[in-house]
Amino acid sequence: MAQGARDRVTGDDAGRRTVEAVWRIESARIVGALARYTHDFALAEDVAQEALAEALVAWPRDGVPRNPAGWLLATGRRRAIDAFRRHTALDERYAAFAHDLDEGEATSGAQGGAPASGNQIPDPERIDDDVLALMFVACHPVLSREARVALTLRVVGGLTTEELARAFLVPVPTMQARITRAKKTLAAARVPFEVPEPGDRAERLGSVLTVLYVIFTEGSTATAGDSWMRADLAREAIRLTRVLMRLAPEPEVYGLLALLELTAARFPARTGPDGAPVLLADQDRRRWDRGAIRRGRAALARAVAQGRGLGAYGLQAAIAECHAVAPSVDETDWERIVVLYEALGRLAPSPVVELNRAVAVSMAQGPEAGLVAVERLAGGALDGSYLLPSVRGELLARLGRTAEARGELLRAAELCGNGAERAVLEGKAAGLV
Amino acid sequence: MSKYMLIMRGSEEGYEKFEEMDFTEVIAAMGRYNEEMVNAGVLVAGEGLSDASEGAVVDFSSETPVVTDGPYGEVKELFNGFWIVDVASKEEAVEWAKKAPLSGPGNKIEIRRVNGVEDFPQDNEWIQKETAWRKELGTE
Repeated sequence: MAQGARDRVTGDDAGRRTVEAVWRIESARIVGALARYTHDFALAEDVAQEALAEALVAWPRDGVPRNPAGWLLATGRRRAIDAFRRHTALDERYAAFAHDLDEGEATSGAQGGAPASGNQIPDPERIDDDVLALMFVACHPVLSREARVALTLRVVGGLTTEELARAFLVPVPTMQARITRAKKTLAAARVPFEVPEPGDRAERLGSVLTVLYVIFTEGSTATAGDSWMRADLAREAIRLTRVLMRLAPEPEVYGLLALLELTAARFPARTGPDGAPVLLADQDRRRWDRGAIRRGRAALARAVAQGRGLGAYGLQAAIAECHAVAPSVDETDWERIVVLYEALGRLAPSPVVELNRAVAVSMAQGPEAGLVAVERLAGGALDGSYLLPSVRGELLARLGRTAEARGELLRAAELCGNGAERAVLEGKAAGLV
Repeated sequence: MSKYMLIMRGSEEGYEKFEEMDFTEVIAAMGRYNEEMVNAGVLVAGEGLSDASEGAVVDFSSETPVVTDGPYGEVKELFNGFWIVDVASKEEAVEWAKKAPLSGPGNKIEIRRVNGVEDFPQDNEWIQKETAWRKELGTE
């Protein structure tokens, strides 16, 4: 008896993992197709989730259907029709929906030569448009940043609410509420399910890129976890950027992909055996992921080849490439990095970029020149941040001005909020002789 | 995320049946399958192998290795090609494999996780050397 029960639990678990795997592969296309049928993103997402819930019951019991995507789509459509019948007050919308349904079935019937069963995934170009529209809607500017991140991972990435909750270290009901609220916001703002008009496209694409970048950085500050680790978020961000690259092959999309690949290439070397962070200068470059570097450089070359100049992501990728191809810190093309930071500073002015430029100047022309560049930042937005004294301390140490260097590093440690980094700074101050 | 190799395997019989099919159709079906994986951002690498009869087998069963041409008599299955996908779970790799445009008796896809550097002791000198070779060769 007990044995039987345990077997069943194990079987259900395997079934659940299969459903989740299919969902990861198919969800964007299913939600996209349903959103197009219903003209209602929130409803589409709801009924897609209902279809997923039904699959979680039916598949472990009856086996995985021959065409899992078709099964999910057909189930989602049935639930959408049910929902519309429940809301008969919305006559106008129901009529429009019914019309589209007929049109959709006529199309799939004509192409497939099969009876219009309503479970055909539409033709590839239409799917592409649907998935792209899905990305734009999930990253719509009416949503908060955390809502955009959650919705993108859920509808485009196919993560379940449980996986999202684990990845962002929040309780499941909190994540559920975040997604429900996001859908309500989109409905209240009457955000249409479509790829934006050319006039808005660049700005809206920028929002999509920001969301992908945020997902990546969430993942790159990794802590260990269970099946959906935070490090997996970084991988997922790369995958979603690849998806976007196929749908919208524009320079900054390649630029972002290049930046993410080149940054992720360093992941294997960025922590020591004890889990402590290892700075770029001290990393064992043999451990960098050559495949990721190759892919990142290829993406950057595509961005450059479009001949419209690099954007902010492309420039950061170009800087990352300088590091990726250098055998050591000393053999790095710091002059080029200085120029790239200058270009980045003009495109996206930020004190952190200026500080990075100052560090690059110190590497290219020596600590004296770097110190001059750093002093120019005093009294600006970085006052009160540990970054300024920490860099100043480093440069003073290289100039042999030990006492001043120690003072700056200790001040930096005082201002630093992160325990691990504070320890590094205190260690450096103590190591000065 | 892990890398999985989807290994295309087939019997002689299945392979012959495959060859009867319209070549352009086969290419189109494979192309659509590959494109779907590229579009989903999961395909990392893939190669197809030419006819086994053009190959050779080195057998280590006896003290001196024995070389034979073409498909080895006792081999019941042929290794025809592979894809490498970067996915979240073995189940996801399996679901991708199920979408492959293959059919016929004996045609199979075997799914195996690709070992990463993390699967080996990092302080081993040969593992360290291998990491260096990969860098020189530009392979992953």
